Amino acid sequence: MTFSPELEARFEKFLTKYPADRKRSAVIPMLVYAQDETEAITQELIEEVAKRCGVTPLQVEEVVGFYSMLHKKPQGKYHVQICTNISCLLVGGAELWEQATKKTGIGHKQNSADGRISLEEVECIGACSWAPAVQINYDFYHFVTPGQLDKLLDGLAAGKKPEEITEVQKVSC
Amino acid sequence: MADLVKFTINGQELEAPAGMLVIEAAKQNGIEIPSFCYYEGYSLQAACRMCLVEVEKMPKMQVACTLQVGAGMVIRTETDQVQAARKSTLEFLLTNHPLDCPVCDKGGECELQDMVFRYGAGESRYTETKIHVDEQQWSPVVFYDAPRCILCFRCVRACDEGMGVSALGVVNRGAMSLIAPNKGDHLECDECGQCIDICPVGALTSGAYRYQTRPWEMEHVGTICTHCSDGCKTTLGVRNDEIVRGNNRDRSGVNGEFLCIKGRYAFDFSESTERLQSPMIRVNGKLEEVSWSKALDTIAKKFAEVKAKGGKFGVIGSNQTTNEENYYLQKFARQGLGTNNIDHQRTGDVVTLVDALSGTTGRLAKTADFYESQAVLVIGADLAVEHPFLAFQIRANFRHHEAHVYAVTADTVREDLVATRSVRATRGEELASLEALREALAAEKNLVIVFGDSIKGDKVRSLVAFGETLGIPVSYCALVDYSNSRGAIDMGLVAELNPGYHASGAAGASIDEMLAANDLAALWVVGSNPLQHTKLAASRAFVVVQDLFLTETAQRADVVLPSASAYEKNGTVTNGCGEVQRLKRASATMGTKTDLEIIGLIAKEMGLAPLMGPWLPETVYAEIRKSVKGYDIPLPLVTIGAQQTAPVNGRVGVDSRPDLIRSSHDNLFTSGTLGRYSTVLNSVIEGRQSR
Repeated sequence: MTFSPELEARFEKFLTKYPADRKRSAVIPMLVYAQDETEAITQELIEEVAKRCGVTPLQVEEVVGFYSMLHKKPQGKYHVQICTNISCLLVGGAELWEQATKKTGIGHKQNSADGRISLEEVECIGACSWAPAVQINYDFYHFVTPGQLDKLLDGLAAGKKPEEITEVQKVSC
Repeated sequence: MADLVKFTINGQELEAPAGMLVIEAAKQNGIEIPSFCYYEGYSLQAACRMCLVEVEKMPKMQVACTLQVGAGMVIRTETDQVQAARKSTLEFLLTNHPLDCPVCDKGGECELQDMVFRYGAGESRYTETKIHVDEQQWSPVVFYDAPRCILCFRCVRACDEGMGVSALGVVNRGAMSLIAPNKGDHLECDECGQCIDICPVGALTSGAYRYQTRPWEMEHVGTICTHCSDGCKTTLGVRNDEIVRGNNRDRSGVNGEFLCIKGRYAFDFSESTERLQSPMIRVNGKLEEVSWSKALDTIAKKFAEVKAKGGKFGVIGSNQTTNEENYYLQKFARQGLGTNNIDHQRTGDVVTLVDALSGTTGRLAKTADFYESQAVLVIGADLAVEHPFLAFQIRANFRHHEAHVYAVTADTVREDLVATRSVRATRGEELASLEALREALAAEKNLVIVFGDSIKGDKVRSLVAFGETLGIPVSYCALVDYSNSRGAIDMGLVAELNPGYHASGAAGASIDEMLAANDLAALWVVGSNPLQHTKLAASRAFVVVQDLFLTETAQRADVVLPSASAYEKNGTVTNGCGEVQRLKRASATMGTKTDLEIIGLIAKEMGLAPLMGPWLPETVYAEIRKSVKGYDIPLPLVTIGAQQTAPVNGRVGVDSRPDLIRSSHDNLFTSGTLGRYSTVLNSVIEGRQSR
């Protein structure tokens, strides 16, 4: 299996970053970045990562099954993650989640028909100080109001990129 | 050993080496701390929380399976708080457990059931719908019932660490966690069933045993596996004279609880529908069933006739019959029939090894040495495939004692995983690579050298010469194929040796010579299949075959006698390391007789009963004890466990005929002719792939 030159270079770095007998430490970062390129974690990818890290495919499978940010089904182009853990919950996270599902008509870990949006109700994303928080792909949105969420979802559904939805300010991480 | 420290458990003043786990220290002193995930010999998991104990001055309860004893520790294992914690743990474990105990194979011998009975988590505060996952079949041998699983990870560790296979893993998270096989929906592994036996609940069940019986309906008969020469004890669960299960959960025998697919499941040949159940005589070219008396009478008359005419006999013994049967057979051949044409399929050069070690004592490796020795050198053998228990011992030795393993083999072997040095050498040329290892080996504290059939004759002498110059204690093991291959040599089932490695001093034909001799008048084959690939040259020879099945050899016979399998008789067998162990009759097949009885009856029919003596295993063993050096062990000792025999420590003084030594290199899923009649061995995909 081959990846883009950038990803290959990244893999190269991962494999040299850990001690020689701990190559398995590279399994998680490899999967995280590879799934962006391959859209989802395929059997082929699992076997490739296993081969490169010197573990069995089953051991990679164990990691994939454990971490919710590793996914075997392709997600929407924009993966909207809404936090409903305690800090966000206190200031309207659950309402945001409900609003999102109603508006898009899709549920937890589901994709919109056009494949542009997918939703996920996530556990704490570490943005408690800026609750309620929403994450779209790798970008964060702080102190999200119902109005802002509407604009984000409408914009994405209308074919805009998140950065083109200028009414809502994203915070890159 | 670490210094002893004093501590108390439940008010008892106790002592144990510092650093010992509390759960082990308690067990040593007869105090049980319950646990699911803790399993001695495997890595610590601390997953189940069953072993919580109170320790004074520690604010919270501690898990006894990872806590080490320290001086002055005050531990309490059965307080109200501890009991309440265990009850809660059980309530938690039962959250999604189906409680289908009435139909579960494990019911009656289930650790979870026992614990719930003891701590009484009879009521649950969980009202949520239980998560259900359908049962899965992973192979003909292994079934998985996810809802019953309590996620103790014993199976994963047993496969990973114990077997070195890593075929099992855990996927998903939390309540959704499942044990998963390595090939998505099925397993490709050794099919040993260790995972099933080690499972504390009924999550992993075996294809052979599931829904067959309730545990308390079985009798448990401890006997020795009849397949390879490792001599594992297998405890057969027998119900109504039918073997329904094989395992060794009581850890008796040299193997502890280890068994491979053969010991655990391949007892099924014994109940094959193809078993012979009546003597047969060739009439007009076809084998016809006759009575025992008719068959014995025919044999006795013909043998007497051949003997009277001075005709040429050939007697071929078995690698799987008992010592008593082997001894009795060679005695009958030599003294009764007056022939020295006696042989069996030789599978390893024990004779030269014993000769090369003459003048020394205690130099033959014991099974335990593979686990205890500082270093093990494997030459020309794929142990994990051909001698799974020895390979298991070596892996455990590496895990527990950081043993150094050296592998000199033609292909990659599983021992490479734990090897300090792996050397690839052409089969037969392995010894050339040893000099390169000399320095490393000489630096070891002690060493076990184990070698396959590519090292025979003078090569064995060279190897011993090499070992003796290392300057460290070295013990040796010449691998042989089957459950009593070693015993066959010890009992003199070869022309050049009488029992006990005494030169017979008389000429005698080997198997190859018997089969090639045009003038052979009578051939008597006991539990062997020499005509599988070879034709009998003497077309007019009278052939008598004692076997379980109508093998290629039996098809050529003039008289076929149905014999009992190893699981249907008493007696002793000697494993590859020379350890004598006792076979115990577990079941019976109608119409068969043990080979010992058959030989005795032929002798009686020929009027030779006074010469041969009674055909009782005990009587024959008493004779073996008297006449075979090394077997002078009281039978009660053999009964309670393996006893190593130590053959002559003088010169053997015969040519071991290396040209006749051929191992059949049976793998995990074959077992000579016998393996062909085992449904289990033939049903697993690995078995089909390896053929």
